[in-house]
Amino acid sequence: MSKAAEIDIVSVSKVYGSTTAVHSISLKIPSGSYCCFLGPSGCGKTSTLRMIAGHESISSGDIRLGNVVVTDFPPAKRGTAMMFQSYALFPHLDLIDNVAFSLKMKGIDREERRAKALDMLKLMQMEAYANRRPAHLSGGQQQRVALARALITDPEALLLDEPLSALDPFLKIRMRAELKKLQKSLGITFVHVTHSQEEAMALADMIVIMNDGRIEQAAHPREVFERPATAFVARFMGDHNVLTGRVIDSGKGKVTLEVAEGQTFTVAGPAHEPGAPIDIGVRTDRVRLATPSETTLGFNGVVSNVEYRGASVKITVIGAGSDDFTVITTDADFFEKPVAVGDAVPLSWGLEDAVLLGRLAA
Amino acid sequence: MTAIITEDHTQIEAAGMPGLIARIGRTAATLASYLQAGPLTLILGFFFLLPILMIAVVSFWDYDFAGLYPDFLTMNYTDTLGSWVTWKTYLNTLKYTVMVWGLTLLIGFWVAYFLAFHIRTTTMQMVLFLVCTVPFLTSNIIRMISWIPVLGRNGLVNTTLIEMGIIPSPIEWLLYSDFAVVLAMVHLNTLFMVTPIFNTLMRIDRSLIEAARDAGANGWQILWNVIIPLAKPGIAIGTIFVVTLVMADFSTVQVMSGGQSASVALMMKNQMSLLQYPAAAANAVVLLIVVLSMVSAILRVVDIRKEL
Repeated sequence: MSKAAEIDIVSVSKVYGSTTAVHSISLKIPSGSYCCFLGPSGCGKTSTLRMIAGHESISSGDIRLGNVVVTDFPPAKRGTAMMFQSYALFPHLDLIDNVAFSLKMKGIDREERRAKALDMLKLMQMEAYANRRPAHLSGGQQQRVALARALITDPEALLLDEPLSALDPFLKIRMRAELKKLQKSLGITFVHVTHSQEEAMALADMIVIMNDGRIEQAAHPREVFERPATAFVARFMGDHNVLTGRVIDSGKGKVTLEVAEGQTFTVAGPAHEPGAPIDIGVRTDRVRLATPSETTLGFNGVVSNVEYRGASVKITVIGAGSDDFTVITTDADFFEKPVAVGDAVPLSWGLEDAVLLGRLAA
Repeated sequence: MTAIITEDHTQIEAAGMPGLIARIGRTAATLASYLQAGPLTLILGFFFLLPILMIAVVSFWDYDFAGLYPDFLTMNYTDTLGSWVTWKTYLNTLKYTVMVWGLTLLIGFWVAYFLAFHIRTTTMQMVLFLVCTVPFLTSNIIRMISWIPVLGRNGLVNTTLIEMGIIPSPIEWLLYSDFAVVLAMVHLNTLFMVTPIFNTLMRIDRSLIEAARDAGANGWQILWNVIIPLAKPGIAIGTIFVVTLVMADFSTVQVMSGGQSASVALMMKNQMSLLQYPAAAANAVVLLIVVLSMVSAILRVVDIRKEL
């Protein structure tokens, strides 16, 4: 199980009748990486995964796995294996026969395939349940069996469709760690579809954020967190406040914009034409409740909500054209100088805490 | 203040005789559940248990051409089981049952499979399913008799074949033969196979089929390894319907065989028309035991509980 394949998606589209689920996306997933497709429901992430798996036909474009173009291959010929959202274990077969299913389809004789399946169950520490039916297992155990069944085909890439969504929160975190460990030890490419930012951040070497059938950003989690590419990414990941306005001045590596309510803000970035629409993102955890050193690095707003979260406090502020400008402060800072709903507060941040957000060419 | 006192007062009173109130409550609850179970018990008792009990009792009675005489004789059973006619008739009935079961299963499964997996919209599935039930808007007898002008010596099939010059003279075995009996029975009973199988097929999680395909299974392998095993409860329920219906059939056999073939139920009908009620009753008890053991054998092989 050492081989791992690079997955190359070349201007792939998926059209269902008159609606386009995936708009000509291109992406290279490096071999042996853990890639998470992230996005709201209906963004095309599952369709993309199913096209890689071969369970959905590709309307146009090509998918390459390693050196082979697999666009027209049936699922089993692609060297991929899929783990389904509800695990799709065969209810009428015991665990050994579930895991051995693909070997049976290949015509491998009974003793050999059962021995191999048992080895796979041992790898997943499920051998004690080998003769049970899936209905008698917990969610986490079912997931391990589903993994064993997918991995017995010795795939180059494992495709996981929301694998953790059926588990309770506590188990979710444990199985997440198991998935990461498994991927590291097998060294094969994992492609994982999820709608949870936290899950993607925790697992991925590469996060692909999709919206409305297009890729908004595909990068390492750190890059996605620190430099969200678009306003959508910044909003979806939830760690940045997005302010929208028009450029009034730019030059010397800085851009100044004016929001609809009249405040002006400065952000580092290349020169823009005056009047161009522009979005900036401001890190929620870097905003301070203090008078800004420069007027373009802060504004005055009104507190609309305060949420205590233990180690941190989330303060929501209305102002500068945003009605949910979020400030995350430490509990120590908050209780030193508490604010209440309805208070007018000054907000400030440093130049390095704001990023210029791009826009997708439509 | 007054209100609070009154409330306390009632509470004390209630606490003063808790035993009695609890007892009345319990009795009422018990009575209510008996009352709820009552109507069904009465209906089943009068219209199901009592008649079967009467058949069992009458099967031990004595009779002659003029009347029935309460007695306890095993003669009716020894007569029935000792006669080669009975054994031949059972064999014939079983032959029909096996043939009709095999054909309805084959046709019923494919119809259900087509409806469940090849029709994409639920609306179309329902429309086509209702089309399957249209023949049931007329009575069994009418549907059976309508085969006669089709299969008869100068019927539709024979005339067409002769006029097309395919056969020189009419085919004799089309009507009043085992072929006609089986054909009519299949026609009458296939829907009882389609419905439960369609029901189980609709409940199969479609991702199981994708998972099988992902594991490299081709269409036949998916059918054999996934769909048929998961359709077993539906097949079992359909089998119970068809087997019990065919085992108890007399009208189809009588009409379609033109009186040349016999079935167990037809034998009973003849005995009754000769006023040999105790003999018919003994026959009925034997048939009941045979059919019940067939059903329990089916239930032993397939677990249908999750379908009920």
